[in-house]
Amino acid sequence: MIRIEHLVKSFGPLEVLKDISTEVATGEVVAIIGPSGSGKSTLLRCINLLEIPTAGHIFVDGVDITSSKCDILKVRQNVGMVFQHFNLFPHKTVMGNLTYAPMTVKGLSKADAGKIAIDLLAKVGLSEKVDQYPSRLSGGQKQRVAIARALAMEPDIMLFDEPTSALDPEMVKEVLDVMKGLADTGITMCIVTHEMGFAREVADRVLFLDGGYLVEDAPPDIFFTSPKSDRAQQFLEKVL
Amino acid sequence: MNLDFGQILPSLPFILKGVLVTLQFTLLSALFGFTLGTLLSLLKISSIKPLRWFAEFYTSIFRGTPLILQLALVYFATPQIIGYKISPIEAGVFTFALNSAAYSSETIRAGIMAVDKGQREASMSLGVAYRPMMLDIILPQAFKNILPALVNESIALLKDSALVSTIGVLDLMRRAQVVAGQTFLYFEPLIVVGVIYYVMVMGLTQAAQVLERRMRRSD
Repeated sequence: MIRIEHLVKSFGPLEVLKDISTEVATGEVVAIIGPSGSGKSTLLRCINLLEIPTAGHIFVDGVDITSSKCDILKVRQNVGMVFQHFNLFPHKTVMGNLTYAPMTVKGLSKADAGKIAIDLLAKVGLSEKVDQYPSRLSGGQKQRVAIARALAMEPDIMLFDEPTSALDPEMVKEVLDVMKGLADTGITMCIVTHEMGFAREVADRVLFLDGGYLVEDAPPDIFFTSPKSDRAQQFLEKVL
Repeated sequence: MNLDFGQILPSLPFILKGVLVTLQFTLLSALFGFTLGTLLSLLKISSIKPLRWFAEFYTSIFRGTPLILQLALVYFATPQIIGYKISPIEAGVFTFALNSAAYSSETIRAGIMAVDKGQREASMSLGVAYRPMMLDIILPQAFKNILPALVNESIALLKDSALVSTIGVLDLMRRAQVVAGQTFLYFEPLIVVGVIYYVMVMGLTQAAQVLERRMRRSD
């Protein structure tokens, strides 16, 4: 479970997140949407401390990760992340990408890490790509490998930062399908996305951010049909 | 003009032994130099200011003074300052490594900065600590990008190693001078070692190209 209390994040004089408070229950799938520059990605990146919050608290499974006593590396092991630009390790094969962190961070043997990797590659439908280098894969395949790489650490929480924004249109579906399958497994997911159809179908809740404020926090059927704020109404008129 | 290569032929084995000395010098200097240069480059991108200052200051000293002066200082002044009778080889490798570290640290720093910051973020998000992240993810990609620059630095080291002839190391250069002194012929021994240097540099360039091709197989 993730609990965010009065989270503030500033870059110099620029306040990007303003007093955000919310909760994500275990197994919940939350879509974070909003116009660009609204702080969606920053909010997501605070949850695994890629951005260090300026003020406020974030609790993951009851542990205050913003506390100075908290072991950042331990937190990140349990929170997987998928990036817009995949960020696969280009000098490692698909297998190397999947086994690196489990072996280095968790100390798994090559055989054990390999078993997990093969299993995950089958789940994302890329078993035949085991020994390829990332440069040989299409965008959609890269992103599926990136999802598998994050899952290889067996995290309880998965963060997705616009996972389909850098993909050609015909590759979006294969990635969303993998994510849909993942949502059904009961893992906690926070997804920054512009795919409104996907958010509506898969998310249990929608967070709408604008100008650093959490403007709406509602189930998708309510958010997409009758948003409370003017800002959300305007946004939806433009994107739907 | 009367050239007589025949007269220095008996000295050829003597000259060729200098190849090993020169190669050994270059290899050791490059090895220590690049290792130290990598450490310096990490200081330069560190968030701790005094470490950055130290690395900048270090670089400025070695870039701001002549190499032959540094060499003379280390060789002739070490016995005077700390009472240790440093051998010419030790003094040479020591000076060249320190000097090369200063230059290569700039190159390596630029190489690290050029690695996409997403690589760092991906490593961090997987819970990978700083050391393995640098060693396994960032530096291999950085070195791949700066390989041509490091080859240049190695070539410079190979040729500059001729400077150790000034402190009495029997390297290629020094051997040519010895032969010249014995035979009173200058052109022949000097041109012979000139050709040997050239061949060694070409060999190094070829080896680097093979290495580069191997490193690019993931592209």
